[in-house]
Amino acid sequence: MQDLETLESEIRSAIEAADDMSALESVRVSSLGKKGSVSALMKSLGGMSPEERKEMGPKLNGLKQSIGEAIAARTSDLKDAELEARLAGEKIDVTLPARPEQRGTIHPVSQVWDEVVQIFGDLGFSVAEGPHIETDFYNFEALNIPPEHPARQEHDTFYFNEREDGSRMVLRTHTSPVQIRTMESAEPPIRIIAPGRTFRCDSDQTHTPMFHQVEGLVLDESTHLGHLKWCLEEFCKAFFEVDEVKMRFRASHFPFTEPSMEVDIGCSWEGGQVKIGTGDDWLEILGSGMVHPKVIAAGGLDPDRIQGFAFGMGIDRIAMLKYGIPDLRAFFEADLRWLHHYGFAALDVPELAGGLS
Amino acid sequence: MKFTLSWLKDYLKTEASLDEITAALNDVGLEVEGVDNLSETLGAFSVAYVKEARQHPDADRLRVCDVETRDGMVQVVCGAPNAQTGMTGIFAPPGTHIPGTGVDLQVGVIRGVESAGMLCSEREMMLSDEHDGIIDLEGDWAVGTPAVEALGLDDPVIDIAITPNRPDALGVYGVARDLAARGLGKLKPLEVEKIPGTFPSPIDVKLTFDEGTEDACPLFCGRYIRGVKNGPSPEWLQRRLTAIGLRPISALVDITNYLTYAHARPVHVFDADTVKGNILPRLARDGEKILALDGKEYELDSTMCVIADEERAEAIGGIMGGEESGCTLDTRNVFVEVAYFDPIRTATTGRKLGINSDARYRFERGVDPAFAPDGAELATKMILDFCGGEPSEPVMAGTIPETARSFTLRKSRVETLGGVAVALSDQKRILEDLGFDVREAEAGLECGVPPWRPDVHGEADLVEEVTRIVGLDNVPNAPMSRPNAVARPVLTLLQRRTSAARRILASRGLNEAVTWSFLPEDQAKLFGGGQDAVKLANPISTELSDMRPSLLPNLIAAVGRNIDRGFADVALFEVGQAYAGDRPEDETVRIAGVRRGTTSPRHWDGSGRHVDAFDAKADALAALEAAGAQVRSLQVVSGAPDWFHPGRSGTCQLGPKNQMAHFGEIHPRVLSQMDVKGPLVGFEIVLNLIPEPRSRGGAARAALDASDLQAVTRDFAFVVDDAVEADKVIRAAKGAEKQLITAVSVFDLFAGEAAKSALGEGKKSLAIEVTLQPRDRTMTDEEIDTVAAKVVANVEKATGGSLRG
Repeated sequence: MQDLETLESEIRSAIEAADDMSALESVRVSSLGKKGSVSALMKSLGGMSPEERKEMGPKLNGLKQSIGEAIAARTSDLKDAELEARLAGEKIDVTLPARPEQRGTIHPVSQVWDEVVQIFGDLGFSVAEGPHIETDFYNFEALNIPPEHPARQEHDTFYFNEREDGSRMVLRTHTSPVQIRTMESAEPPIRIIAPGRTFRCDSDQTHTPMFHQVEGLVLDESTHLGHLKWCLEEFCKAFFEVDEVKMRFRASHFPFTEPSMEVDIGCSWEGGQVKIGTGDDWLEILGSGMVHPKVIAAGGLDPDRIQGFAFGMGIDRIAMLKYGIPDLRAFFEADLRWLHHYGFAALDVPELAGGLS
Repeated sequence: MKFTLSWLKDYLKTEASLDEITAALNDVGLEVEGVDNLSETLGAFSVAYVKEARQHPDADRLRVCDVETRDGMVQVVCGAPNAQTGMTGIFAPPGTHIPGTGVDLQVGVIRGVESAGMLCSEREMMLSDEHDGIIDLEGDWAVGTPAVEALGLDDPVIDIAITPNRPDALGVYGVARDLAARGLGKLKPLEVEKIPGTFPSPIDVKLTFDEGTEDACPLFCGRYIRGVKNGPSPEWLQRRLTAIGLRPISALVDITNYLTYAHARPVHVFDADTVKGNILPRLARDGEKILALDGKEYELDSTMCVIADEERAEAIGGIMGGEESGCTLDTRNVFVEVAYFDPIRTATTGRKLGINSDARYRFERGVDPAFAPDGAELATKMILDFCGGEPSEPVMAGTIPETARSFTLRKSRVETLGGVAVALSDQKRILEDLGFDVREAEAGLECGVPPWRPDVHGEADLVEEVTRIVGLDNVPNAPMSRPNAVARPVLTLLQRRTSAARRILASRGLNEAVTWSFLPEDQAKLFGGGQDAVKLANPISTELSDMRPSLLPNLIAAVGRNIDRGFADVALFEVGQAYAGDRPEDETVRIAGVRRGTTSPRHWDGSGRHVDAFDAKADALAALEAAGAQVRSLQVVSGAPDWFHPGRSGTCQLGPKNQMAHFGEIHPRVLSQMDVKGPLVGFEIVLNLIPEPRSRGGAARAALDASDLQAVTRDFAFVVDDAVEADKVIRAAKGAEKQLITAVSVFDLFAGEAAKSALGEGKKSLAIEVTLQPRDRTMTDEEIDTVAAKVVANVEKATGGSLRG
């Protein structure tokens, strides 16, 4: 019996002493291998008397199992140590910069366009469009701006060369021609916004020959000035993401609306940045009014039955106000520094549920 | 238009404060652009008495003055040569901001003598450029009197913007009328004294217009006044004109300016002694010339109205008088002209001649024709008051143009259109205050339009009058109905596609730019544009002369500008319109992008490679896919328009008739003509050309058809002629077993110089990986070999190449 204990203790010592997998494998072969010491003892069982076998059998099996377990445990330890040693050698400098990835940007005009669409879309406005090169009829005449109207001079229109029939096309000076095109193709009730490029022959610190407007048009049988005010106020609150917004509605004049009003929004200036919604200063943000009966008639609808409102707002301008962008001209210069700074991430898609900005 | 508060109060009896007045002006639609209230900005300055001025002990040019101010005696050191004992001047105490110097005044010690304030010059108060000495007030002003009062500057100046529909508000009286209607006071009735003449006018007026052009000047009220003495106008008048930015010239001229601003009634005064014979208003003769009051000679044409005598044109009707018949200080006899000129003709003439005058501004918007006789009386009265003289009997040619018209304002209309309930009696009162002749009838208020309101043409205008006077702030907000409980999608297919393509390109590292829709002609031509139909007649500069035929040129130019700023790697894109002609259908919505430089900046793990045509192809395909194109069914063929590199460009098409996108390297010659350093790659997609998707019948996807069996891949390398396109190899391989082969990819290309020695002249090797997806059972080796053999046979047959040994 003493022999077995001695044997086990010897083998265990050898297992402990094995400091790599091959040494451990030698121990395994010399003990549990075909010709191993434990295997030899196991074989000797066959030559024993039943009584001896009854006594030795379980002992030898116990020995075999315990050695096997010891080897397995040692195997696991050695593997762990081996892995740790490998990992220690694989250390990297994690402060090195990651591989660069190109990140593009969305222009503020597009972003604000998307925001405007979200808000008006919720109010049931669809998005209409029209050509930039317009006829005199759509840009002026149908909008109650006859040829010699003083308002025409104020529009600083870009003209194309006269055609043989004496007519000449213009670059639309506002998005309002879409009002007429919409009336021609749709039946009231109509609710549309029409965002897009507009053009005026004007270039200075605060004017560019091209800019962006969004037109709004609502026509049905009962929409009145109170709805217009509500609509604009709700838009401003949603767009500027404020709970309350101070607004001022001033009577004004546009040939295509009657009554007409200009809308100012309350603001204050802090450290050169404008804060929208409160304060004692006013910023003009849009022109609006009830669609002029002549315009409704020009669109082919019955002004005795159909009424509604229209408004026009500068997209660039509200983008500048909301995002604190100082210079209109820079919008169109495609300066990478500006695009990176004022641009928006590709996946930063405005949505009402998650907040517009 | 500018006017002063006291001027307004000549016509408006009111207790309202300046702030209340400006707020009301804004509300009724007369937008206040500015208020210049010197009483506020110069409030710290007051009258002071110099009790003694003595020589400074240490400075020849300085005086030490004992000054009596509203805060008691102070000592001031003053450098003005005119500082002297006994004078009355304007004093500013320490702490005052001196507008002329921008300095905040402090107690100082000047050469050892304390100075506690300043005696001011006009320049220091920013009243004029006068700086020869300090202000030396004439008259007996009590110490402490506000400086603005002593200087006659205590009348606030209000500047309002007048919309083109309100010519009546181009006179102070009209402004007062609006404010009275608003309830800010009472409009004082205008008393016009009819001045009897004592002799018949030696100058008669005959309107000499051809039939059909009488409306050029349908009415002329004139008056001869003899024995006037022209000189400076009274100080109150000069002060008002100065306050609104006009320069006082002489009584006769100042009167015309005054009436223009007081009553929106331009008036002209001729030196009657320069008029030859009678006054004959007529259309000008082509080529006729006139030296106008601005000292410039203008050549007229037969569309323009002139006031002529029997010899020549003496004034451009409604726009400007002539130099030679203008009044001077020597003028003794005058002829007053108060006429009505047609707005459109006046506007056209003014524009053609490039003359902007106060008269033109009013006539082209519409002067009250009925007021002409009264205007002539007012002018006469002022001339007699200021210059003396003796008036002739009035002369009148033509008749007052008819403006009478009337509209019914239905009782509920203010509420149903204007959105505000206003008692009928209040509506009536407002309209009457504005000068409408209102009669209550069954249908509503019948409103006769006053002659000074050419803008009112219907019921909607009457609603506007009521609502603007009530104040738009008083219109209650009314919620709009929601057409659907949960908002429905509102974008069109093209709008959705555009938006998706935009976002995908930004996610691929391109920066969205917005560039002009115009470009210089030479660049337009480089990109297939430059047609007459899309050339601006009045471009803002030659750099912006043509509508862009493509989005690429402006993007390329933008790349050039960014290179100049030091950015070697640039990736830009734009979404917008291009213009092939001037019809709506010539306008297409496009998305285009350009890349230049390397794919990524230098990095410790290896730098990016140079961008090439395949980057542009990848951008194009990504954008096309996002925009809803069936990219798998698109053909990519070599070649693109001229502005691309002929060998490194391609076109994505659905057959030759729908070439929806081009991509590739931009032609080096184009780049050099645009002075942009390449190479540069780009693409452009015409979004309108992407077909609408076939209806899917709902959002549900087809069931997933994934095989449980593993796919098998086999590699092949083919040696083919250089000219054989990869696409041909891929298609041939795919065609070998259409059901079984689910993918073919190119994983190696061996071409160029090295290939020449290995494969022979004009050959290249293309290696493909073919994926087989068994459906019902695992394939045997024999079956796989059979398919492989078919692949080889198909490719060899289609390309004339051979399996690489």
